[in-house]
Amino acid sequence: MKEISRLLIALTLIAACSGLILSLVEGVTREPIKEQRRIQMLKALSAVLPEFDNSPDTDTVNLQNGVDKKGNPINTIFYRARQDGKLVGTAFKVIAPEGYSGNIEVMVGVKPDESVNAIAILAHAETPGLGARITEPAFKDHFKNKSLTNADWRVKKDGGDFDQITGATISPRAIVKAVKAGLEFYHQHKQDIVTQGVSK
Amino acid sequence: MSLMKDFTTGIWKENAVFKLLLGMCPTLAVTTSAENALGMGLATTFVLVCSNVAVASLRKMIPSKVRIPAFIILIASFVTVVQLSMEAWVYDLYQALGIFIPLIVVNCLILGRAEAFASKNPVGRSIFDGLGMGLGFTLGLFILGSVRELFGSGAILGFSVFGAGYQPMLLMILPPGAFITLGLLLAGMNKLEAK
Repeated sequence: MKEISRLLIALTLIAACSGLILSLVEGVTREPIKEQRRIQMLKALSAVLPEFDNSPDTDTVNLQNGVDKKGNPINTIFYRARQDGKLVGTAFKVIAPEGYSGNIEVMVGVKPDESVNAIAILAHAETPGLGARITEPAFKDHFKNKSLTNADWRVKKDGGDFDQITGATISPRAIVKAVKAGLEFYHQHKQDIVTQGVSK
Repeated sequence: MSLMKDFTTGIWKENAVFKLLLGMCPTLAVTTSAENALGMGLATTFVLVCSNVAVASLRKMIPSKVRIPAFIILIASFVTVVQLSMEAWVYDLYQALGIFIPLIVVNCLILGRAEAFASKNPVGRSIFDGLGMGLGFTLGLFILGSVRELFGSGAILGFSVFGAGYQPMLLMILPPGAFITLGLLLAGMNKLEAK
């Protein structure tokens, strides 16, 4: 009995000290991490949007886009870019769940005429040298100026308009499908996205 | 003098990657490029030195029956510190290493040194042991990563070596390339040592 309490006290003390240290470090890193994420977000937004002079990460519309397996709502946030107060583009994040390894997160920038301005890959775990080449301009530039009406949203191997990457069809196929779904959602809700929260 | 020996033992004679074959999971998984390998090696070195210091200084207070859970708590804390700091200050590397940062906790090299060295030796020697072992591990990862990056994408640390016309040997960057490279390196080293 005496030994057990000795073991308990030793472990509890160690765990408590660790907890203390961790909470200190968390406190110090909280702001920089938040800032990093914001910088990353702004970087992704400026990569896919035309030139803007507002801050799209605060000018947002949040719409429900389906539910997940547990019935919780999935929301898509639309970031609106303005130049001289006029809407010049909207960006939103789509997730391609059918990548070769794990989800691929893609930021899509759409112009007011519903064609793609540019896309950016935010996160992926595709194979380096193969699927990972989705991050290269050679692949991403295919999406420029494509819209639901002027392109066939499939990779060339499947009879569509998008070049796949040699040796890696799965990742481009997943992205093309996800971006297309995103554009369709945008098309359906364009009125809300453009006008919500704008004072006349 | 013996401090120097503790340091150099880990770098060559008992190199974690090439001699002890410890910590093979990150060794094989993150060495797709020299940069990732360096980042992983240095992060592991930091955790290893910290855990060695903590274990060595607490070694008389930790009852031997609960030493393994105690070591794991200490190691896990330092790994979380590394993870948070990397996310705050070296975000790109944090993204490149991804899931393998939290997995430093289960790198048997770290628990192995805590158990085999730091729990029996004073703080000073444990620091040098941790540094040596960690840098040896980094060196091992860096060699593996450089070879794989060189053949797999024709570059080292992102600088093109073979020029644009080089057709990359993709196999080297895929998981089998890790096993093949490690096997060949080990065979080469055994051959050298046997002479």
